[in-house]
Amino acid sequence: MLKIRWFRGQWLHITFSKVLLYVVMIILVCFTALPLIYLISTAFKPLDELFLYPPRFFVQNPTTKNFSDLVVSLGSSTVPFPRYAFNSIVITTIIVICTVIVSSMGAYSLVKLQPPGGVFLFNLILVALMFSPHVTKIPSYMVVNGLGLINTYGALILPNIAVAYNIFLIKQFMEQYPNELLEAARIDGAGEFRIFMQMVMPALKPATATLTVFSFVNNWNDYFSPLIYVTSQAMKTLPLALQTIGGGAAGMSVGRAGAVAAATFLMTAPTVIIFVIKQGQVMETMTYSGIKG
Amino acid sequence: MIKKNKKPQSALIAQKKLTPAEAIKRFWRKNWLGYAFLAPFLILFTIFIVAPVVTAIGLSFTDYNMMQTPHYVGLNNYRLLFLDDEVFLTGLSNTLTFAIITGPVGYLLSFFAAWVINQLKFKRVFALAFYAPSICSGIAMSTVWMVIFSSDRMGYLNNFLLNLGLIDEPILWNTDPNYIMGVVMFISLWMSMGTGFLVFLAGLQNVPHSYYEAAAIDGVKNKFQELFYVTLPMMKPQLLFGAINAITGAFGVFDIAVSVAGMPSPNYAAHTIVAHLYDYAFIRFQMGYASAVAVVLFIITFVLGRIVMRVLSSKDE
Repeated sequence: MLKIRWFRGQWLHITFSKVLLYVVMIILVCFTALPLIYLISTAFKPLDELFLYPPRFFVQNPTTKNFSDLVVSLGSSTVPFPRYAFNSIVITTIIVICTVIVSSMGAYSLVKLQPPGGVFLFNLILVALMFSPHVTKIPSYMVVNGLGLINTYGALILPNIAVAYNIFLIKQFMEQYPNELLEAARIDGAGEFRIFMQMVMPALKPATATLTVFSFVNNWNDYFSPLIYVTSQAMKTLPLALQTIGGGAAGMSVGRAGAVAAATFLMTAPTVIIFVIKQGQVMETMTYSGIKG
Repeated sequence: MIKKNKKPQSALIAQKKLTPAEAIKRFWRKNWLGYAFLAPFLILFTIFIVAPVVTAIGLSFTDYNMMQTPHYVGLNNYRLLFLDDEVFLTGLSNTLTFAIITGPVGYLLSFFAAWVINQLKFKRVFALAFYAPSICSGIAMSTVWMVIFSSDRMGYLNNFLLNLGLIDEPILWNTDPNYIMGVVMFISLWMSMGTGFLVFLAGLQNVPHSYYEAAAIDGVKNKFQELFYVTLPMMKPQLLFGAINAITGAFGVFDIAVSVAGMPSPNYAAHTIVAHLYDYAFIRFQMGYASAVAVVLFIITFVLGRIVMRVLSSKDE
């Protein structure tokens, strides 16, 4: 065991097991993070470095040519790349906003207003948590088809708003909110809607931020919904577009390797960025035990 | 979990202050609002989740191609699935193998990581590095991993193994049926470690410090005893959430398999239940038969979910 004088007169205790722990964690972190670093590095590689033998991990002369290729060369072909990005952004944003509102309202009702039948509904939600979403896709497809929504944004948005996970998540946090505060507000004459908007929603902020992250990530990456609800090229979202550009599983077509790397980078960046921005609140959600009593 | 029992008190106040008519009025007003708040969720949930599950079960006993009206065929679809459809059985066994390995391994690894990271400095950085792969698209990550698993000499892994002299010629990672599932599992595992991770980290941080202090007085000596006697029992809700997540994730394997091996994959080596469902529902439009596949998937995940719930339930405490 080693003792080092740390700043402010504190002593830093370094034990062998602690060092070992950090080393193990750093190896694990390398394992999880290296492909992502490779992804960033590759997106900025010029053509000759992309096909270097033996392959090199880090980029030597970074360039943004891959990105302009992605926009320009693919723009002339069928559907311009920005169109896919636009589809993804619109759909994901609308879903996130709607699901946060709908889930919070529903959870408030289930936890604090407790209308008869609420327990039954919650049990259904628990059941819905337990099977993979693919189970419902066939009848959902028929509903969407019946409503004439195939190849529209509606097809990609409506079925993805009421997600069992989302309301479950909010409900769990809502349970920590003290009933006494609500009673006090009611006695003071505040309406339920006002209580919900001015008291409950602000208190839920860490939870809704967490839900925003989860919901954004899931829908941004959703591959199955656009695969079945969308047939026209112009309505496809990024995950499908990426497969089209990459030429599917047959392996990357040589000429587009740079564009694929750039597209992959552009597709991955938003989810990581939104998590980094919200990470503080997501973590706060986690240390959110002050109110628990 | 400690449940607060405030109801009798408020009921007492209500009895004192309100006449019966007013109480009924208040009751109705309260419930009306409750349903109003619940309505948007309830409607969408019913249309896109509850009704579809019921419909899928119904359709699974029929022959339906979206053109003609469905007609009842009894258990025929299931008989075909399990007795005649070898591709489905391949998909089923692939999915089971995949789930049995990646589910528990991913679950334990993510819990272990959360437990360790919770005790480290620079929590945020470690958490980000750990969580990042799981918030990336499976499709996007497969393209990155396919460079590493590329089947020619250019592939990083082949290149590496060739240089070490472990292999003489490149391994066809994504076309050789012997390796495909391994590659899919590896990528999925790498991606799924973060799924339960955040929930576990949340649970760990929510265990009150006083519990550890009390446990220390009661004779808990080291971190592992703390883990088993204090942390795990306190974390049951999060463990349950993570387990259910892991089950549905593991049985829903599809997009990574498709982007690694294509569809159909060589010799159906990466065929999964969801791939079978997709194939019959949205390529061949045999909705009745595909619904039977969906019902099988539903039953498997549901039964496993119930078992996990029984084990990790914290309702009685």
